[in-house]
Amino acid sequence: MGDAQLAVRARGLTKCFGDVVALDGVGLDLASGRIHGLAGPNGAGKTTLLGLLLGLAVADGGELEVLGRPVGRALAGPRQVAGFVDGPGLYPSLTARKNLAALAALHGRDPRAGRIDEVLAEVGLTDVADDRVRGFSLGMRQRLGLAVALLTEPRLLVLDEPSNGLDPAGKQHVHGALRRLAEDGVTVVLSSHRMDDLEALCSDVTILAAGRVRFSGPLEKLAADSPEVDYRLLTSDPQAALTVAAEVAGVRIVTGAAARRGAGALVVRASAPTVEQLVGTLVHAGVGVREVAPVVPPLEAAFLALTDQQQEGER
Amino acid sequence: MSTATALAGSTGAATEVTPVPVGRVYRFEVVKLVSQWRIRLLVLACWVIPGLFVAAVAQQGTLPADTLFGRWMHATGWAGPLVLLGFSGSWALPLLTSVVAGDVFAGEDRLGTWRHLLVAVRSPRRLFAGKALAGGTVLVLLVAGLLASSTVGGLAAVGNRPLVGVDGHLLAPSDAAQGVLLAWACALAPTLALAAIGLLGSVLLGRSPMGLLVPALAAVAMQVAQMLPLPVPLRLALPGYAFVSWNGLFAEPARLDQLLIAVAVSLAWAVVATAAACLLFVRRDFTNGSEDGVQRRALAFGVAPLAGLLALSVAAVAVAEPSTGSGITQAKVEREVSTAFGHLYRLQTEQLHRSAVTEEQLQVSATCDRGDGHVDPQGAGNDWRCVVTWHLPGVTAPGTAVYQLDVAPDGRLMADGDGPKEVNGYFLVQTPSGDAPNPLWQFDGEIGLLAAAPD
Repeated sequence: MGDAQLAVRARGLTKCFGDVVALDGVGLDLASGRIHGLAGPNGAGKTTLLGLLLGLAVADGGELEVLGRPVGRALAGPRQVAGFVDGPGLYPSLTARKNLAALAALHGRDPRAGRIDEVLAEVGLTDVADDRVRGFSLGMRQRLGLAVALLTEPRLLVLDEPSNGLDPAGKQHVHGALRRLAEDGVTVVLSSHRMDDLEALCSDVTILAAGRVRFSGPLEKLAADSPEVDYRLLTSDPQAALTVAAEVAGVRIVTGAAARRGAGALVVRASAPTVEQLVGTLVHAGVGVREVAPVVPPLEAAFLALTDQQQEGER
Repeated sequence: MSTATALAGSTGAATEVTPVPVGRVYRFEVVKLVSQWRIRLLVLACWVIPGLFVAAVAQQGTLPADTLFGRWMHATGWAGPLVLLGFSGSWALPLLTSVVAGDVFAGEDRLGTWRHLLVAVRSPRRLFAGKALAGGTVLVLLVAGLLASSTVGGLAAVGNRPLVGVDGHLLAPSDAAQGVLLAWACALAPTLALAAIGLLGSVLLGRSPMGLLVPALAAVAMQVAQMLPLPVPLRLALPGYAFVSWNGLFAEPARLDQLLIAVAVSLAWAVVATAAACLLFVRRDFTNGSEDGVQRRALAFGVAPLAGLLALSVAAVAVAEPSTGSGITQAKVEREVSTAFGHLYRLQTEQLHRSAVTEEQLQVSATCDRGDGHVDPQGAGNDWRCVVTWHLPGVTAPGTAVYQLDVAPDGRLMADGDGPKEVNGYFLVQTPSGDAPNPLWQFDGEIGLLAAAPD
């Protein structure tokens, strides 16, 4: 992919807070017009990275290009970049519409123009447009925060945990809006701890741990590169299934805390091809296989494996 | 190329950053401020309550004589706004600056909106400027309300009549109006200094309630300092003196020297504190929620610049006024008392329809001492005693009257008549139209602290 198509390009990006290294030589290429997921355990450096993209902080070292131009050392973000970190910033004494109108005026737009109604409709807040934000739930605030970001018609949208507190309908609105933006060529970078959200929305994902990039690329590649995953097998004869599984090369029987997540079923750790082979062997041995499913979704499993958290979770 | 130089060297061709103009940030901040019920309530209170207060007090039998111009509230509508100014300098203005300036930055910390604002504005400097200007605008609006409301209340309740100045001379209503306006304008300078200190505290302490209290605490400290027997250069170099120095506008000739020094000092404090707050703000790391080192920053950006400014101001005033004394001397007290007595005697003469006399004819003089002559006659104290002597045309024997004086460290004095009864020993005089307050019974005065003030 040529650099011209990159919305974000980072090389050796470093950021420290005192003795704490938040970002440690991060290299990243985020393609334009796609939805990128940013995942990582707490303290991995996600918010710091998003803050650098938004111009809220300056890196201590490395190179960062946003929308094709290098980011300077001055605090403040480039034009056409919008979003929020640590929740949207809203003023509780103003209504949703007035929050947007004040922001529109700040950006030199006509606060009475129809764009405010458009973005309110886009995030599903038309009905509460004239209510004060003071009474909004977390999910409504998140949606209004997205509306604020949309108001500026950004080319790069940076969102920190945009699905926090959203009910299913709200999530549908937000996901729909983000997909439409990507279709229109807007690059979306969002962080989330919800692997199902990332899986449902993102075409690419970057996994950070301890300030370093552990993986960055398309979701399919992550799945293909994934190491072994835990599978739950519900069979007609668990004892026989256990005996058969123990003899298949590449299959490990999971015991302990991880096995308990199988809710009484047999739990094995293996790669996807090996599990397919195990199912064939079981059928051949006359053991009926009623269900085969990953104990945790593949992206979550990859996340846990890449961030060295799988072992900790099993303890 | 090292990573660090890569970023540093990229400044020239950096991503296009077009910050929002300060004017738009200012309007945005004003909208936010006036949408707060707290601010709306304050605006309403400042534009309504002073008028009602002044009108009510002016109608009462007992006037706030312990406040400068308080004893003249029944006589002219122009005394009300000055009484309110005296009161506001002590309490209202510091509290208003606390609520407005002290919360301008802390409010964003409380709401967690800094990052959002910075992304929208794209310039911490412009953000700071917009917020500071918006806070200042609201403060000016509140101060204007206090002035307008108290003036309307005073004029409506008492009327547009001449005002008795701090040295007893009469100011025509138009001169009184001009003086009132100027006095409030001068009081804006220390108000802005307190507001700047509030901004500094707000930036420094974030969401901590201490940030909100900084202007009020600073004002209390300034008031306490003004009550202490400080040398003149130090007194004038404190921004709080400007809350007192406007009194000199109502003397004849007006004591502009100490007023200008006080206003200049206050404005210097406002500039330095605002600059320190701005520097602190633009250096803030908005991605680090757990910023530490508040004490170190408070020292480097808060205490050190203001302490430096104080030292510089003291040195500058000391060059102009090389005195280590209080500025209150026997000669100044005697001159102030005799001048005020002469002016007020003419007022009493007019009240009683006696034959008019001029001050030249009266030849008033005063002899003052402290502690019955046992105390060095200089400095503040309530043990001053003056014997005033005057002459009337065609009368051989001079008249004499005695006053007990309470002289405050900031130069304000209050003279309490001790007889004879028909001159200054009783609070009422019998006029052809009935009893009226006796202008010679008690009166206020203001001693110029600078050496240049006439002895």
